[in-house]
Amino acid sequence: MRVATSLALVAAALFGTAAQAQVNVKIGVMNDMSGLYADISGPGALTAAKLAVDDFNPAAHGMKVEIVGADHQNKPDVGSNIARQWFDVDKVDVIVDVPTSSVALAVSDVTREKNKVFLVSGAAASDLTGPKCSPNTIHWTYDTWMLAHGTGTALVKTGGDTWYFLTADYAFGHALERDTAAVVTAAGGKVLGTVKHPLNTQDFSSFLLQAQSSKAKVIGLANAGGDTINAIKQGAEFGITAGGQQFAGLLVFVTDVNSLGLKTAQGLVLTETWYWDMNDANRAWTKRWQAERQGKFPSMVHAGVYSAVLHYLKAVAATKSAADGKAVVNQMKALPTEDSLFGKGSIRPDGRKIHPAYLFQVKKPEESKYPGDVYTVRATILAEEAFRPIKDGNCPMVTN
Amino acid sequence: MFEVFGVPSQALFGQLLLGLINGSFYALLSLGLAVIFGMLNIINFTHGAQYMMGAFAAFLLLRHTGIGYWPSLVIVPIVIGAVGAGIERVFLKRIQKLDHLYGLILTFGLALIIEGLFRNYYGSSGQPYGVPESLQGGRNLGFMFLPNYRAWVIAFSFLVCLATWYAIERTRLGSYLRAATENPALVRAFGINVPRMVTLTYGFGVGLAGLAGVMAAPIYNVSPQMGSDIIIVVFAVVVIGGMGSIMGAIVTGFTLGIVEGLTKVFFPEASNTVIFMIMIIVLLIRPAGLFGRMA
Repeated sequence: MRVATSLALVAAALFGTAAQAQVNVKIGVMNDMSGLYADISGPGALTAAKLAVDDFNPAAHGMKVEIVGADHQNKPDVGSNIARQWFDVDKVDVIVDVPTSSVALAVSDVTREKNKVFLVSGAAASDLTGPKCSPNTIHWTYDTWMLAHGTGTALVKTGGDTWYFLTADYAFGHALERDTAAVVTAAGGKVLGTVKHPLNTQDFSSFLLQAQSSKAKVIGLANAGGDTINAIKQGAEFGITAGGQQFAGLLVFVTDVNSLGLKTAQGLVLTETWYWDMNDANRAWTKRWQAERQGKFPSMVHAGVYSAVLHYLKAVAATKSAADGKAVVNQMKALPTEDSLFGKGSIRPDGRKIHPAYLFQVKKPEESKYPGDVYTVRATILAEEAFRPIKDGNCPMVTN
Repeated sequence: MFEVFGVPSQALFGQLLLGLINGSFYALLSLGLAVIFGMLNIINFTHGAQYMMGAFAAFLLLRHTGIGYWPSLVIVPIVIGAVGAGIERVFLKRIQKLDHLYGLILTFGLALIIEGLFRNYYGSSGQPYGVPESLQGGRNLGFMFLPNYRAWVIAFSFLVCLATWYAIERTRLGSYLRAATENPALVRAFGINVPRMVTLTYGFGVGLAGLAGVMAAPIYNVSPQMGSDIIIVVFAVVVIGGMGSIMGAIVTGFTLGIVEGLTKVFFPEASNTVIFMIMIIVLLIRPAGLFGRMA
């Protein structure tokens, strides 16, 4: 009798596991691993994805999760080739991060064609949830509309009502300038002029001099990375800020502030959705992240990768399969989002993840008490106001 | 007050001066390239990486030992020059008798490796380096605000360029060097150690790149890719001036800085390409460059 019971128990256990087959998930982190954007995304995003998997604890959900990484070198053709290879040969289920808008748009097309999932953290173009929106793509961390509105509105409100733009001469720069100029004019401000500079400009002094003589109160930097750093560094030298004009960094990351140094960057106003030193949860997470990335500080892109991967795994656990990308994305939209870094939030039908944004100001050197202590929060922009209203996006999925 | 094509003269003077300042970096870098090519027939593609190493060396000295800008201005070119001399001894010496292209590929490969190493250790977003205390601030010239540091850059690089030109074209040592380029066997017969002279010359050219790096650190972003951003322009400057011509490199460096500066006023979008358009025109009309001699 006892033998029979134990046999039955074993059988039940066996059937039980057979009925609940293990779900395999493969996550591909694709970004710029060695170039210009390697610090804001790069290997740090891989670390963030690993932390998300650890916190999710796949074994407890009968899942097995594997992470792979690749370098798209900021080239759309390289990016879409990797995406195809990953989906067709390596059986990757979801691609995460992908900074550089042109690459992200290319990867979004491939993902839709293969019915997989694409979680954007590093790219900025708001087109990803606008005309180019896709049922397989979720735009997580930030976008150009949010940057323009956060910084633009705040500065006009505090008296910065005349603007001069230094704009990087390519799609991203034009979009950022267009969005910001619209915000400035709508808030009653005026755009006095603009100068378009080539990508990767070493010397900004000519442009700065033009901006200086325009007498605009705010100089808007519609560029990124090395261009923004050079402009601000040389702006300090030419006495721009000392002369009463103010820089508005429209896309500045915490890594850019570190490479400028507080002495040069102080006073700069910018918008981000996450900062490592904002609360205890963020600090605790940063500590874990730094165990693998010593001496560096995570950017909002890293935090976004963590948050997106965690929510994705929850959705897969609910649908019990990662095979149908559209179904997983629908599940992600149905589930409210919650994690320690972005708190509670949601995902809109157009694929836009909604959470608050923060207006930061860079501290003075004497205010900074430890490495990485660089921002003070000047304002919180509510989740509902931080991103473009869904009706203005022209996303075909929503309008039809 | 008068206007040129709708641009007030004051603004124009400002831009001319700024162009001259940028031109001094072009001149310093292309001068090093011209010395190396003119004397050793090596197309030194590592030059950009060596310029970047100069800026990083200044940054590392400041961070780890507290040594500031002024001592760096002396120490860094010597250190970078010594590294260059080492590269010459270990690599370039072995391919001396081969075609130019081998040297080009070797130095290009070295540049990629050096850049990759720095990116691996220091990341891609750059390091902070401030303007030295004594040169902070600036003065109002009436038509523009000139930062003191920029004034220093223009004066100092002009001096370095002149001194180099004088040393090579007008001194006894320079004449040995030029003779050694023409006919190494004969010069060696006079009891002059030609290989050592070659090593030192390469080291000197590389030292000039290091010096330019230190001078650039306070105003440009000190990042691993700063060299590859500028090296292509500098090569265009050397080609326009005439490969290997010392005076050509100096004069074209300053002139093209001014041309680029003016482009930034009248048609900013083209400011990255204007130098290459000039290069094409010069190559069509005078293939040996403005100051070059036909081979």
